Amino acid sequence: MTAHAFNQDLYRRRKATNAIGLTLSMLAMVLGLTVLLWILFVLFSNGIAALDWNLFTQSTPAPGTEGGGLLNAIVGSLLIVGFAVLVSTPIGIFAGVYLAEYGDESKTAAVTRFVTDIMLSAPSIVLGLFVYAILVAQVKHFSGWAGSLALALIAVPVVVRTTENMLRLVPGGLREAAFSLGAPRWKVATFVTLRAARSGVVTGLLLAVARISGETAPLLFTALNNQFFSADMNKPMANLPVVIFQFAMSPYDNWIRLAWGGALLITLAVLVLNIIARVFFRDRVKA
Amino acid sequence: MSLDSPADARSDARVAAVASKQRWQDFLFHKVTMLFSLLVLAALMGIIVSLLINAWPAFQKFGLNFVWRVEWDIVNEEFGAAIAIVGTLLSACIALLLAVPLAFGIALFLTETCPVWLRRPLGTAIELLAAVPSIIYGMFGLFIFAPLFAEYGQPALQSTLGQMPLIGPLFGGAMNGIGILAAGIVLAFMVLPFIAAVMRDVFEIVPPILRESAYGLGCTTWEVVRRVVLPYTQKGVIGGIMLGLGRALGETMAVTFVIGNSQRLSASLFSPGSSIASTLANEFGEAADFHLSTLYALGFMLFVITFVVLALAKLMISRAEKAKGF
Repeated sequence: MTAHAFNQDLYRRRKATNAIGLTLSMLAMVLGLTVLLWILFVLFSNGIAALDWNLFTQSTPAPGTEGGGLLNAIVGSLLIVGFAVLVSTPIGIFAGVYLAEYGDESKTAAVTRFVTDIMLSAPSIVLGLFVYAILVAQVKHFSGWAGSLALALIAVPVVVRTTENMLRLVPGGLREAAFSLGAPRWKVATFVTLRAARSGVVTGLLLAVARISGETAPLLFTALNNQFFSADMNKPMANLPVVIFQFAMSPYDNWIRLAWGGALLITLAVLVLNIIARVFFRDRVKA
Repeated sequence: MSLDSPADARSDARVAAVASKQRWQDFLFHKVTMLFSLLVLAALMGIIVSLLINAWPAFQKFGLNFVWRVEWDIVNEEFGAAIAIVGTLLSACIALLLAVPLAFGIALFLTETCPVWLRRPLGTAIELLAAVPSIIYGMFGLFIFAPLFAEYGQPALQSTLGQMPLIGPLFGGAMNGIGILAAGIVLAFMVLPFIAAVMRDVFEIVPPILRESAYGLGCTTWEVVRRVVLPYTQKGVIGGIMLGLGRALGETMAVTFVIGNSQRLSASLFSPGSSIASTLANEFGEAADFHLSTLYALGFMLFVITFVVLALAKLMISRAEKAKGF
């Protein structure tokens, strides 16, 4: 066998490996996208069938009855998520400012950053357990507040990390200019850096809202559910994820139909929030 | 005019006053923001301590054996975590076995072979899919995937892999579509976008010059990825996989819908089982007294396991990002 023939053989083998590898990778992409589009297709076709005016004007129906809607769950979800955001916004932004401003100087900040990153993916059901232990078990009843607290625990790390990252994107020259004018550190941090990173911080808030609006597990033992309309945060409160969970697992066709409707609403809300956040962030990078 | 005129002294005093006021404000600002960031640490401590306190009766009664015991008898108060732990680990491992190669393929496609104009839209699509709430994957699994899996997937698996020695029993038993294997597959689709997104990000930090030199030496695309990109991004890739593992271990909704929720161990992956998260979701609402304590113990173990996995993932990824500098 000549060296030339050997090389030809090797060359062919390498080309074949390459072709196989790249084909498989393309197949992976196609398979991944197909399944994920399939999920969305199923969601939309089932969800749109459930969309009607009653969905937004009536409360959840009793088991086995026809009609009804998700009004109480929609309002409950908005309230619970709304208060969770109100709580987590200041905490998240202040903590984010601390990490960006003093983060390179102290061990505390390094530990906080590490812990925040882990809390970002911590199992959400355990956070529900925690809130049950410290709040629900103490006052002896489920409540919308408990649900908000559990969701806030999930939202805070998201806000902290995006705020810090966005603040770090602000050009150093801007800060130095402010310092050279004699501005104290807190003024530079709030009126210069934070202001310049405003849209980035809003992006973080939007992502946090998107993240918590679909969370089901932490609400199971905190806000629980309520068959009737209630805007009292001190009582068990209906909310979309838990209603979807209960209705989807039930044997009633009408409940399952409503569950798909609710699932579509949540997914649309999450996707729209994500897209808005992206557009916001892209504008900021351009500027 | 001399430097020590009364007017200058007055303005000096004013500057000093302003400076001391600002130093005060800065001090306060530092402490206040620090307080807020310490809240995050306090939450973590609170979670660990409160779970441990509530789980204490269970740990006290069963000791470390709790982890290995296979009973789950609510009536006679005989509990062990083995069934839930096995279910959690099995479903997460199946998910990773399926999702990692697919995610690698997707990341390879997005960074190497994909036409440039398609990269952004496809990448965005993957990222958006990572944001879809997990309950949607659960519903899809229960209503669409499970019936199809029972009708086509499971018979096919049983007649092929089920006939092989050693692994055959894994694919035996009743075929009703739900069970540990189904949960693993649904989980795989859920974590796929996460892992793919992280892998794509770390593949992109490979300095172009490394890639180009390899191409210049005549490497094929596959060889560049296999011998240059992968070794260079090793830590980041492993970190991404472990991030996916952390998600899969702690996932509640995608699993609870399809795992079957049965407290039994079985040789077959087709049979229903339960994970820690699904046990909590199903039983916590109705539990009382000692049963409640064992559920806290399960939650505590889940938190510790995922904490370790996520901490390792985080370390790997941050090391990979540091390597970017050179």
